[in-house]
Amino acid sequence: MCRAGACTTLVPMITVEQLSKHYGTYTAVDGVSFRAEPGLVTGFLGPNGAGKSTTMRMMTGLTPASAGHSTILGLPYQELPNPGRHVGVLLDASAQHPGRTGREVLRLGAMMMGLPRQRVEEMLEVVGLSGREGDRRVGNYSLGMRQRLGIAHALLGDPQVLILDEPANGLDPAGIHWMRGLLKGFAERGGTVLLSSHLLHEIEVIADHLVVIGRGVIVADGSKVDLLRGVGTLVRGPDAGALARSLDVAGLSYTATPDNAYVVDASSEQIAEATATYAVVVTELRAADGAGLEAMFLQLTSDDAREKVTT
Amino acid sequence: MSTAILQAPLRPTGAPDPSVTAVPLTGLLRVELRKLVDTRAGFWLLAAIGIITVAVIGVFLFAADAEELTYLHFIGATSTPQSLLLPVLGILAVTTEWTQRTGLVTFTLEPSRARVALAKLVAVLGVGLLAVVVAIGVAALGNLAGIALMDGSGSWSVSGANVRDVVGLQLIGVLQGVAFGMLLMHTAPAIVSYYVLPLAWTQVVSLVGALEGPAPWLDMNTAIGPLFKGEALEAGDWAHIAVAGTIWVLVPLTIGVVRLLRREVKSG
Repeated sequence: MCRAGACTTLVPMITVEQLSKHYGTYTAVDGVSFRAEPGLVTGFLGPNGAGKSTTMRMMTGLTPASAGHSTILGLPYQELPNPGRHVGVLLDASAQHPGRTGREVLRLGAMMMGLPRQRVEEMLEVVGLSGREGDRRVGNYSLGMRQRLGIAHALLGDPQVLILDEPANGLDPAGIHWMRGLLKGFAERGGTVLLSSHLLHEIEVIADHLVVIGRGVIVADGSKVDLLRGVGTLVRGPDAGALARSLDVAGLSYTATPDNAYVVDASSEQIAEATATYAVVVTELRAADGAGLEAMFLQLTSDDAREKVTT
Repeated sequence: MSTAILQAPLRPTGAPDPSVTAVPLTGLLRVELRKLVDTRAGFWLLAAIGIITVAVIGVFLFAADAEELTYLHFIGATSTPQSLLLPVLGILAVTTEWTQRTGLVTFTLEPSRARVALAKLVAVLGVGLLAVVVAIGVAALGNLAGIALMDGSGSWSVSGANVRDVVGLQLIGVLQGVAFGMLLMHTAPAIVSYYVLPLAWTQVVSLVGALEGPAPWLDMNTAIGPLFKGEALEAGDWAHIAVAGTIWVLVPLTIGVVRLLRREVKSG
């Protein structure tokens, strides 16, 4: 779990315990608990509207929690002295005055945190907005440039912890590659990163640890390796119906993937026997390899999509 | 893009670096002052206050009768435009955090919203005071020009009470702007209600006979009326202003602060 001696002490830098948020009768976040540890990039994954942003706003004191609490470096966020020096936060890269230049946005942040002007130039350099780009107004920035500026702002106070909401949104593939390197490097220095995304593949390349949220509830929490290995075996055949019946008869439990395969909670041998008994043709039989996580995630996403259509 | 700067190992302990202390209030104040001028809207609002103050002195110089060209009248001429524009500064200082969503950054860097509110209040009152001081200075130049060019009266008779009245009422206006900004949290509704509500109320008061007696107690415009006639305010006038000011400034300010402290800061 730990990289290169990064976590000699296994103190969770971020602790979220039973956080809930109710809006009237609607529950946006329902008893969410997880931890983020130093030396790791923790991915906070969930479909749009699952409660990621609300959770992050509660963690940073912007939204009062209905129940539960969270700490960063052992303290509630509001009690951190000069929080920008400990925690770099990027919740919405577009939430900037469009009339300010990128450099001005960072300068205001540096003034507030009591940092020298030089730090602004350094961070602009880090995110590739030095020189004339930095003097353009944020209103003229592309979303990708705003994300870079937001990352620069989060790094300004040389924090130990980063909390980033959808930072890869609007970045091109090269930008995502760059950010992956930046965040991995930050974690290797002993930093703690929590970043959210609604795209499994995006977070898969960046995160070491995954926390999956759906409709306000944590549905999976574990190392990426464990979660992607998944449990079970994937089986596929030209006659999906017959395949399912043979599994039913053998008493094996399974879930269907969106592309007409099944992830079965059994070994390849058990499945082979079950299908051979009924002469069902099998074209693919292998360890599930993350198909379980993907199926779960797609299920979460499609359930929410359906809900939006019917209501 | 280079990451060479980001090389040093970070603190491995699960506690914040004890050498980092809270954001000083002076730091917050400097940031809030800078935010008043570092956008086009803010810059041009301040520029407009300056330009219009000078312009009004110029107009008064050539339009008024020679015997009216006194220092006190020059100061009075600057009061109306400043009383219309300075409160907008107070409104914008608060509402842009919500309208432009910069509050997301401001309140994560300083989670104590009361301290941010205090810094904003001090910043706009400071700029308001500066604007009035500049106006009083420009009025003196106007009076000199009146003596030299227009054969004006040139009287320098201005009492401490006159200065106190002008400064006090402009600052009350700025406070009212902040109050409306905090209460409504959106630039357009805050500006519109700041202008329209007191005007509408003044109309109601003047139309309803029964309100004529209590009018100065309930209506800010009536309460400060004597000032615009060039008279020094007396104790009774200040009592009116105190009561009307409670209704139009302190109550909205109190509710606004409570709203600011409690409201959820969202991006969407």
